[in-house]
Amino acid sequence: MLKDQDRIFQNLYNDKGSDVSSSKERGDWVNTKEITDKGRDWIINEIKESQLRGRGGAGFPTGLKWSFAPKEVGSRPHYLVINGDESEPGTCKDRDILRFEPHKLIEGCLIASYAVQAHVCYIYIRGEYFVDGQKLQAAIDEAYEKKLLGKNAAGTGWDLDIYIHYGAGAYICGEETALLESIEGKKGQPRLKPPFPALIGLYGCPTIINNVETIAVVPTILRRGGKWFASLGREKNTGTKIFCISGNVNTPCNVEEEMNIPLKELIEVHAGGVIGGWDNLQAVIPGGSSMPLIPKEKCETLTMDFDSLMAEKSGLGTAGIVVINKDQDIIKCMARIARFYKHESCGQCTPCREGSGWMWRMLERMAKGDATKDEVDMLGDVTNQIAGHTICAFGEGSSWPVQGLLRHFKKEIEKRNNLDPIVQKKNNIPYLVDQHLLDKKNA
Amino acid sequence: MSLRRPAKDQPERFEFNASSLEAANVIVSKYPEGKQQSAVMALLYIAQKQNDNWIPLAAMKYIAKFLDMPYIKVYEVATFYTMYNLSPVGKYFIQVCTTTPCMIRGANKLVEACKEKISESECELSNDKSCSWMEVECLGACVNAPMMQINDDYYEDLDKQKTLDILDKILNGETPKPGSYRGRLNNEPENNRKTLMDLKNA
Repeated sequence: MLKDQDRIFQNLYNDKGSDVSSSKERGDWVNTKEITDKGRDWIINEIKESQLRGRGGAGFPTGLKWSFAPKEVGSRPHYLVINGDESEPGTCKDRDILRFEPHKLIEGCLIASYAVQAHVCYIYIRGEYFVDGQKLQAAIDEAYEKKLLGKNAAGTGWDLDIYIHYGAGAYICGEETALLESIEGKKGQPRLKPPFPALIGLYGCPTIINNVETIAVVPTILRRGGKWFASLGREKNTGTKIFCISGNVNTPCNVEEEMNIPLKELIEVHAGGVIGGWDNLQAVIPGGSSMPLIPKEKCETLTMDFDSLMAEKSGLGTAGIVVINKDQDIIKCMARIARFYKHESCGQCTPCREGSGWMWRMLERMAKGDATKDEVDMLGDVTNQIAGHTICAFGEGSSWPVQGLLRHFKKEIEKRNNLDPIVQKKNNIPYLVDQHLLDKKNA
Repeated sequence: MSLRRPAKDQPERFEFNASSLEAANVIVSKYPEGKQQSAVMALLYIAQKQNDNWIPLAAMKYIAKFLDMPYIKVYEVATFYTMYNLSPVGKYFIQVCTTTPCMIRGANKLVEACKEKISESECELSNDKSCSWMEVECLGACVNAPMMQINDDYYEDLDKQKTLDILDKILNGETPKPGSYRGRLNNEPENNRKTLMDLKNA
């Protein structure tokens, strides 16, 4: 287990307060000026050396991303945007940073803004986290009062203003270009890439977008050195990460642990074990709902980092671990996830808009045993027609969980659904009807 | 995609009151000059708050004028994002999360409780017209599942009985205490904490 002094988020459970003075006791804001005095190149190099990878899901190297920002500020200003839209089912880590460690985030914003030469930073928070956003706003107000933000922020000679922008319940706004559209006051529909936001982003200006957790760990990395961070975890998967363990475990919790920690240790030690014992485990979703599930046999030896999960055809994503035990109907669980994606598709690309609904309706019928034999393969076909055929990664995100189900639980689906494929009149199969529109008045 | 339609009965006029107007001007000042359209989401929230938790078409027209942008763009935004209520909801608006992490910990019991106490179907006002409820997608408190949101506050670690108690309080006009209903500290593992121990004892 990681030593307590190596944990970055000391106030994860709010044992102490989250105001400036108690944050200072934990080491925030102590020598911000000394860090920025070492210069932009030093900061970016140190982050590169720490091998920090983005904590928002994609795992892109942060130092590399920062180095994409233009070296000189031209006629267009630079922006820093923090992605706190956290809507991936299974994930609730950013919320704790917003409410209990706001000063780590604010100081991270200052350092990152300095590194990419931004004078304005927008923090995008999902609308449901209104109360947590208010707590962050209180921390920002306090920082202004103590001259840690605004003109010559924290004595660094850099001017920075931070504003909060609330979302309004759209999962898709967690996608970086959709998030920019949303800040610009439009529907959150992703943009084509390239051009990448680092060159043409918010209001057409160079913009660097990072997850809340990524930015919040930056000050600690710079204080303790990139080498320290790189010494945790393993090569290319370094540092610590907040894992959210939810579902059928005895003590669901958030916990900060080293990367590459065995999944079994996370579940058995921190989350108090699976309800009904380890043998009652059915499957685990390792990184938020869009990552394919992992069956029990592989959970014995699995370690949690980007590359080892990739090797299992899954991914670390946001590290939101959902544990599903044998008391649950796995097809129903996946059908509910498919309904989530059907609800949250932005509607821009046809394969995703229509396909997510198809997947949901097929899975709902498969859960009931109403599907025919050949539909199991048809479902796999639908997922393949969505993944890779959309503007953003949402297409993959919605079809991967279904593909994971088909990969590991195909036998179970086939056992339950063995109707003859010949259309029979007594089976009412509403292929093309959006059934929920018939069921509900206000859907 | 979710299909969203504005309510049939619409008020004819809408205007910001003094406090809304002040809040709106503060928000517009957050964005660069000429980019006031960015404020549309926040302004819709303000309108929703002023108008008993829902947004009439008149408010969209008013905001379009206020921000000097086409009405259809405001309409687009208001119908795209699910947190804008386009038809009247209760003064206490209850949202029960039923996405998989909550579902496997028994979110359907919370739905049952809402059906018993408030109304048989979603988005339908209770008898005294003060509450309405609906199922929503992931609210981002999966570790505290099952949970629900009442207006801005999160109520976590619930079961059926606790939900019934909370709803009783709401129907009596009280505001129950938000947070975990199993008495644990935020997101810590309940009675099983193995990290940050010296802080806990401090």
